[in-house]
Amino acid sequence: MSIEIVKTDHEPKALRTSPGARVGFKFFNTRNAMNWVALQMLTGDRAKYLGLIFTIAFSSFLIAQQISIFAGIMNRTRSQILDVPDADVWVMDPATQYFDEVYSLKDSDVDRVRGVPGVRWAVRMFKGQPRAKAPDGRFRVAILLGLDDATLAGAPEKRKMLLGSIESLRDPEAVIIDQAGYHFFFPGQPLALGKTFEMNDHRAKVVGIVDASAPFTTFPVFYSRYSEALSFVGRERKLLSFVLVKARAGEHVPELTRRIQAATGLRAMTGDQFGWMTIMYYIRNTGIPVNFGLTVLIALIVGTVVAGQTFYIFTIENLKQFGALKAIGTTNGRLVGMILLQATVVGLIGYAVGMGLTAGFFSVTSHRDATRGIVLLWQVMAGSGAVVMFIVLVASLLSIRRVLVLESAIVFRG
Amino acid sequence: MNNAVVCTGVEKWFGQDETRTQVLRQLDLSIEMGELAMLVGPSGCGKTTLISVITGLLDPTAGTVDVLGKRPHEMAHRDQILFRRENIGFVFQQFNLLPALTAAENVAVPLFVAGWERRQAVEKASELLNVLGMGDRTRSLPSQLSGGQQQRVALARAVIHEPRLVVCDEPTSALDAKAGMKVMELLAEVSVRPDRAVIVVTHDSRVFEFADTIAHMEDGRITHVEQSQGSRVALAAH
Repeated sequence: MSIEIVKTDHEPKALRTSPGARVGFKFFNTRNAMNWVALQMLTGDRAKYLGLIFTIAFSSFLIAQQISIFAGIMNRTRSQILDVPDADVWVMDPATQYFDEVYSLKDSDVDRVRGVPGVRWAVRMFKGQPRAKAPDGRFRVAILLGLDDATLAGAPEKRKMLLGSIESLRDPEAVIIDQAGYHFFFPGQPLALGKTFEMNDHRAKVVGIVDASAPFTTFPVFYSRYSEALSFVGRERKLLSFVLVKARAGEHVPELTRRIQAATGLRAMTGDQFGWMTIMYYIRNTGIPVNFGLTVLIALIVGTVVAGQTFYIFTIENLKQFGALKAIGTTNGRLVGMILLQATVVGLIGYAVGMGLTAGFFSVTSHRDATRGIVLLWQVMAGSGAVVMFIVLVASLLSIRRVLVLESAIVFRG
Repeated sequence: MNNAVVCTGVEKWFGQDETRTQVLRQLDLSIEMGELAMLVGPSGCGKTTLISVITGLLDPTAGTVDVLGKRPHEMAHRDQILFRRENIGFVFQQFNLLPALTAAENVAVPLFVAGWERRQAVEKASELLNVLGMGDRTRSLPSQLSGGQQQRVALARAVIHEPRLVVCDEPTSALDAKAGMKVMELLAEVSVRPDRAVIVVTHDSRVFEFADTIAHMEDGRITHVEQSQGSRVALAAH
């Protein structure tokens, strides 16, 4: 009996696709059968496949989460600046380096600023840290912002008011408190107006509750009129913290800041500039960036090493198979493509899982007062993606090198 | 073209300086189309090195190797790969099947490499496995197959793309006697054709009956060559 292999008319049709095939399967059903083989090799070793995904997911989660928390915390240092929507320029003493420590101005400095051409209006703003005490004895040092009596300029946006109104600050002893501060002083109680405090032994009444941006120090935030604020904290020779300035229509704001500085000798900058100056102060003068940076670096190194090691072991264990593919006629370029595809797939899946975990983490923690406002930024996602690409590339390099130098004759060794 | 392989004065050295070792020594060998040639000899005599040189996986240090009228060792690297892809099939001692692919998918790998559509390639592979008596195991993974079945899959992989030279390295060494004989029968049935040559490296004397030519090697040289009609006679007997 003889067996003949009958020649068929199945010619390679590398570019033909199955009718109705989904785009994803089309990728594996046409000329990219070797890509499919690469993925089968990868997923066939379930332990290493899942291990690689876990490693990359964990690394990207840690990196994204830490960077997001760092960015959120740093952003909090300028929260009270961001919450002032109507001022174009902040004017302060030149000695003031950041928002939380203010060297006071003279009361007459307001008029000097008002006299600078291009200024539409300029008002006072006070920033202090009195001690606030609730009726049951709970107390905290609080951030108190005193707004211009006449205009209430510098108040938070109306849409952020949860209860009451900005205008109610005109009442005597009136304060607006932020929601987190309210929850601290009155835990478990529904939001309600009319609560009273002692503010440095002076009576204060809550006339509004606002969803203010979380401050860096997690102190409660109070707003009052400027004159009321001064009465809360007691008199000193100089109490004016900032002059808030609105530019005339069509005025070039940076140019206005230079003019104010030149005319008054005071420091003038836009809210954005002041915010960044505050952030940079904390970055330069605290251990916060080092702490977070170290964690991110560790996550990067560990992720790269473990992923690289796992991938390399996977390649070593499949060396005979790679050798067989080489012997059969697979080019080095194709083999490199297969390895890069394997690395990219675990990278993408790991990244997606990592970002999902991060987003889930922040969606849970964003409802807590202590961690509100800290979110996963798109810039952090993009940066984490770049880091994952780096991890994947480095992890696959060793494997690629091993396969490229592989002698095909290895397949003949028992 | 009658000659599938012609080796003339082939030498192969490995290593450098004090560790330099000569494995093939002025080796001459000729294998014709339609033949099942066996390379036999003790371990370490250079059989594996010789077939590596013949298939272009290694270049000779000296001498010439004509394979199917071409000289792979004089080709550019990429041309060598393409030549091997189109003209040579391999059966490895350890099978070297991809553990994550089914039997049919493993058989189809040379077609994948050649750019075939996956579905078409696997269909053709399944047909071939059916011919080899493994039609009911096309979807099994290598781990689910016996040694003999795995070697049949390897054999099918070696011939699926209809190469003109099939090289088998110790195809029966990992098998018991019965399975080994079965594989040799299939090898002879499926591989031996007027337009194809088969080279089998073996030290298993039980399968010598299948050979048309037996080239005895020792210490890097062909010591003598026996001729017979082995493949056709053995096939008829079995």
